Amino acid sequence: MANLAAVVGIGQTSYTTKRDDVSIAGLVREAAVNALQDADLTWDDIDAVIIGKAPDMFEGVIMPEIYLTDALGCNGKPMMRVHTAGSVGGSTALVAASHVQSGTFKRVLTVAFEKQSESNAMWALSTPQPFSTHLNAGAGGYFAPIIREYMRRSEAPYDVGIKVAMKDRLHGARNPLAHLQKPDITMKEVEESFMLWDPIRFLEACPSSDGACAMVIANEELADQATKPPAWIRGVAMRSEPTMYAGREEVNPQAGKDCAADVYKQAGIVDPRRDLDCAEVYVPFSWYEPMWLENLGFAPEGEGWKLTMEGATSLDEGGDIPWNPSGGVLSSNPIGASGMIRFAEAARQVRGDAGAHQVEGAKLAMGHAYGGGAQFFAMWVVGAEKG
Amino acid sequence: MKDIAIVAYNQSKAVSDVGPCNEVELIMPVLAEVFSQAGINNAQDVDFVCSGSCDYLQGAAFAFVAGVDALGAVPPIKESHVEMDAAWALYESMLKIRMGHADSALIYGFGKSSPGELPIVLSQQLDPYYLAPLWVDTIALAAMQARMLLDQGKISERDMAEVVSRSRRNARNNPNAQLAGDVSPEDVLAQPSYVSPLRKADCPPVSDGASAMIICTVEKAKSWGLPYAVISGIDHRIESHNMGMRDLTDSVSTRLAAEGAGLGDGPVDVAELYAPFSHQEIVLTRALGLGKETNINPSGGVLAGNLMMASGLSRIGEVFNRIIAGDAGRGVAHATSGPCLQHNLVTVVEKA
Repeated sequence: MANLAAVVGIGQTSYTTKRDDVSIAGLVREAAVNALQDADLTWDDIDAVIIGKAPDMFEGVIMPEIYLTDALGCNGKPMMRVHTAGSVGGSTALVAASHVQSGTFKRVLTVAFEKQSESNAMWALSTPQPFSTHLNAGAGGYFAPIIREYMRRSEAPYDVGIKVAMKDRLHGARNPLAHLQKPDITMKEVEESFMLWDPIRFLEACPSSDGACAMVIANEELADQATKPPAWIRGVAMRSEPTMYAGREEVNPQAGKDCAADVYKQAGIVDPRRDLDCAEVYVPFSWYEPMWLENLGFAPEGEGWKLTMEGATSLDEGGDIPWNPSGGVLSSNPIGASGMIRFAEAARQVRGDAGAHQVEGAKLAMGHAYGGGAQFFAMWVVGAEKG
Repeated sequence: MKDIAIVAYNQSKAVSDVGPCNEVELIMPVLAEVFSQAGINNAQDVDFVCSGSCDYLQGAAFAFVAGVDALGAVPPIKESHVEMDAAWALYESMLKIRMGHADSALIYGFGKSSPGELPIVLSQQLDPYYLAPLWVDTIALAAMQARMLLDQGKISERDMAEVVSRSRRNARNNPNAQLAGDVSPEDVLAQPSYVSPLRKADCPPVSDGASAMIICTVEKAKSWGLPYAVISGIDHRIESHNMGMRDLTDSVSTRLAAEGAGLGDGPVDVAELYAPFSHQEIVLTRALGLGKETNINPSGGVLAGNLMMASGLSRIGEVFNRIIAGDAGRGVAHATSGPCLQHNLVTVVEKA
């Protein structure tokens, strides 16, 4: 049985296209200092630092933890670097949590970042791999055919993705840290934006952002003494499957289903739509909301889009299970940090500290991240109570 | 805290260029070997998998994603990855076992360094604003470190040559070594200077290859009926990246990690040190407080073959092999990362 652990501090930068006022070190330090301040702690209170980011080619710095040691106050401490593709922000939080849940450390700092303006992520994702088919399509080109297959199978109306794109941007307008601030966005505006990777329109895709997110995770004894309410970690799970294999279900991946089942079991969740108060789910392209609603068991297969269209996932429509109240990946996407932002925003909700995008009375929330060809999954459930 | 056992380990031959062999083909033979040692079929039979690799070695983002193809991850598995030496993947796996979310774990590391110019590639892990634009390579930085040691009278060139000689001679008994032979210190000293004060023999070869290990709870090792060694301590520490702020003639982080791992709690029969450059073996030996009673780098160490991202895990595996063979009762393995020994991990392995 894992030891109890909780999030006791959260810090984020604001998210934007180009943070040219700070170095990479300055960016991660800003998030880390914000997390320490939120936890009412100092660098000396941290036993180890766990950092995550997506491929090193995004900034052109190999194993940047080596250079970031000083900025993150690690000298003389253990420092670890996680990399699990797009799910990395979530996986990093899970590895950080395991430092405490294993009883090895009392209190750790975890940080995830991406400073995408330092290079061209599209290029970094599309370098030819030796001995492999060269896909020069970026992430959108990879996922578009999978989305099209979902549309075919579910017979969902054409504008479900358009609705998600509007809904998440309206959520994002409540979050002052969100990259895209579009309080007046309409479905018409989304529909009229140009087609990028059919069926994904420009406004149905995530932005490319600079930003960092950090959390302080502490053991039960220290979390009980925390100055602000802790978010207790109630379940943690990771799953991976290969990018391609005969019979692979790409629309509704088995790894995602298994990961969700594992984390729900730990948190005592039977019906996620009923038992959870909200979820922060990795939706980089609009249609992934209905697809993940099904994959994560919030709706039966083929019916996820109905929740979206009914407004069940919308704060503005008073939905029963708001998804991505922070605005989600569609509003801010520093890739390596995006998963941790989901995990941290779930924790903010159950701490009652989410400002204008607070889901009223949220007690139990899920953070979700995925990566690669929708093959790497990381999830956690956090609660206001120990459980 | 739960005792954790090593039950299987394998490393590929270190070779200078595996040619068209891809990552999956590098990994699969070592996985097959550790599965066979443990008497299991594939990654489905362990509870957790963690790997270490570096995208920049092969020059493509997500090098580790292809690695998953070597695992037989259908149905899906619990799996994670560090962009570090696989010794840190072992560390992550141990946390997973300690927290009760796994009883067993497969760890592997792989590196195909031959496609690029490794010392120059690694210059891009330096501070991107002040150091990386200078393209100072790893050999130049190590040479600077060696020069400080020599100038302060802490080592002699002969000490360095003796490290190389012992490595080459020990490597004769290591079938996976890339460089081995009956080389005397005089032979080394007769070599021309490469990057002063280093000779080529003071530097590690560029190697391609992989290694893998299976660890589990002691209860699991017993239920599998396997010989095992116990990891009695593990710790790692990092130091400032600013080399001007560090005493490069010492390794403070190694010392701290050794204390954390409880190295001083017993005798040390064998040590496998990840010292890419000859003088660094001396720095590490001193930081770990090792004396004449310790057999240092019986495998030849990484001067005999340096599998980037796997050599740290291999050091732990080499100590495991000595203990299982009955040559040692207690040993220390060391792994490093970053320029001039910036980040160091110390593992203590004991006879069960």
